[in-house]
Amino acid sequence: MNIAIASGKGGTGKTTLSTNLAMLLAESQKVVLSDLDVEEPNSGLFINADLVHEENKFKMIPEWIEDNCSLCGICQDVCNFHAVIQLGTKIMVFPQLCHSCYACSELCPREVLPMIPKKMGVLKHFNSGNLSFIESRLDIGEEQAVPLIAQTIQYVKEKFTNNIIKIYDAPPGTSCPVIEATKDADFVMLVTEPTPFGLHDLKLAVETMRELKKDFGVVVNRYGIGNDDVLKYCTTEAIPVLAKIPNDRRIAELYSSGKLIYNQHPEVRKHLESIKDHILKINRSSIQ
Amino acid sequence: MKEIVIISGKGGTGKTSITASYAVLGGKNVVVADCDVDAADMHLLMQPSFARQEDFYSGELAVIDQDKCTQCGHCANVCRYSAIPIIDGEYIVDALSCEGCGYCARICPTEAITNIDLMVGKWYVSTVKTGGVMVHAKLGVGADNSGKLVAKVKNESKQIATATNKEYIIVDGSPGIGCPVVSSISGANFVVLVTEPSVSGLHDLKRVYELVKKFKIKAGCIINKADINNEVSGEIEKFLKIENIAHISSLPYDETFTEAMTEGKTIVEYDKSKLYNSIVESWEKVQLLANK
Repeated sequence: MNIAIASGKGGTGKTTLSTNLAMLLAESQKVVLSDLDVEEPNSGLFINADLVHEENKFKMIPEWIEDNCSLCGICQDVCNFHAVIQLGTKIMVFPQLCHSCYACSELCPREVLPMIPKKMGVLKHFNSGNLSFIESRLDIGEEQAVPLIAQTIQYVKEKFTNNIIKIYDAPPGTSCPVIEATKDADFVMLVTEPTPFGLHDLKLAVETMRELKKDFGVVVNRYGIGNDDVLKYCTTEAIPVLAKIPNDRRIAELYSSGKLIYNQHPEVRKHLESIKDHILKINRSSIQ
Repeated sequence: MKEIVIISGKGGTGKTSITASYAVLGGKNVVVADCDVDAADMHLLMQPSFARQEDFYSGELAVIDQDKCTQCGHCANVCRYSAIPIIDGEYIVDALSCEGCGYCARICPTEAITNIDLMVGKWYVSTVKTGGVMVHAKLGVGADNSGKLVAKVKNESKQIATATNKEYIIVDGSPGIGCPVVSSISGANFVVLVTEPSVSGLHDLKRVYELVKKFKIKAGCIINKADINNEVSGEIEKFLKIENIAHISSLPYDETFTEAMTEGKTIVEYDKSKLYNSIVESWEKVQLLANK
């Protein structure tokens, strides 16, 4: 079963929830935590586990072979992303713009644009007891997170059986990387804070999840600050609120030094337990 | 005219609260650009007029005419995004997976596939409560091409700032290091990095600064919530020194940020005490650094 933890707004507590929930689940069963915020992966800062596997991840881009090229211009014409451009007697490829669609390569009559792998990031696999932790990080300067997110999910799917609970820490926002990170999820948890920014971005995230036809619920973090508008909104929209994690400077302090809170803060643990129960209930019904 | 971009790597460090405060302090002298088009929040503090609204088209989507389709399956075979599944005997394009490369349309033997232009968002030019101008946008749900919408918002801001002789463009960027961030910082004169003293804050600051370095743009840093962890604050200061990044200011952990936001106000409108002074001081420093 796949659980994605997402949010419209950044910094609402996605990583805190993902890591602590995964560790709590790992007390009693096998669990996979995967950090899909490949631009800024943070889960690993909180997880102490042994590296068991590491691999470079590649995206395929065309490479021009000058010798046999007739400069017919088809490659440039078929590229919708302006990633292949003919400049005088040269064909230039712009890897950052390429979406790896293969059109230029396969439609080239002389086959002078073979697709070659270009490194875009690194995937690491760690183990600690019941927990398997997979993170990918995008190389600095690479602009497209989506291909790396897709390959990371693929890795998790191949390595672990369906019945293991998998928690995906998604990137912030509502655009393509978030869609990629949540589209295979059986359940999505949207983490928000009870502030005007939190509410505004929650609404966008809810719209996105409805568009994707996802089953989802809300976790309110830093409960106690701001106002009641987030809760009112959830009531009006009939969105289940899975937990209200209190605003507490001590939580922020533990987080700031890279510490987990599930075993340090009884009240937070209580909330995590109820989220866990919710997940296990969904898991049971998905198996049936 | 100088372009100042505020980014953070990590989300939720206080970028928008600080940018909006600068926008109020800059008043009629600045054009503000909200380039966090994915989760644009600054309008909640600025009371924009939405005077001008434009649709934003970018990218394409394949559409299959079922009357012309012979179910040969070539389109699905060449599609690298698995975006053309067969459902009840018909090839259907999954709009969320289609990247608009147009390959399928080019090779379809019966020309059953066409590409339509996609409206992926809207952008606006507004006057705001200070009398200044703000350019902002809203990306459609799940849309691609946020980098291009960011570029549009920035270009529009630049034109307005040039035409009306403004001193600064203040740009609120998005979290991360990917395409919208690259679009936000390209062409900027100065980057303000807003961070917080947590292991994540520092980690993300280092990554986003690597990106800023590639663009050879001068940068300064604001450590927000500085007293939440003095040790990590110290580490950040060390990092700034090593990298020769100006330490603009350290702000305390203060729930005034949230209270002001809840009232729909920027911090400099809501609070007239110490926090106000720190932010005014930081804005003055930012202007000095941007003009250096």
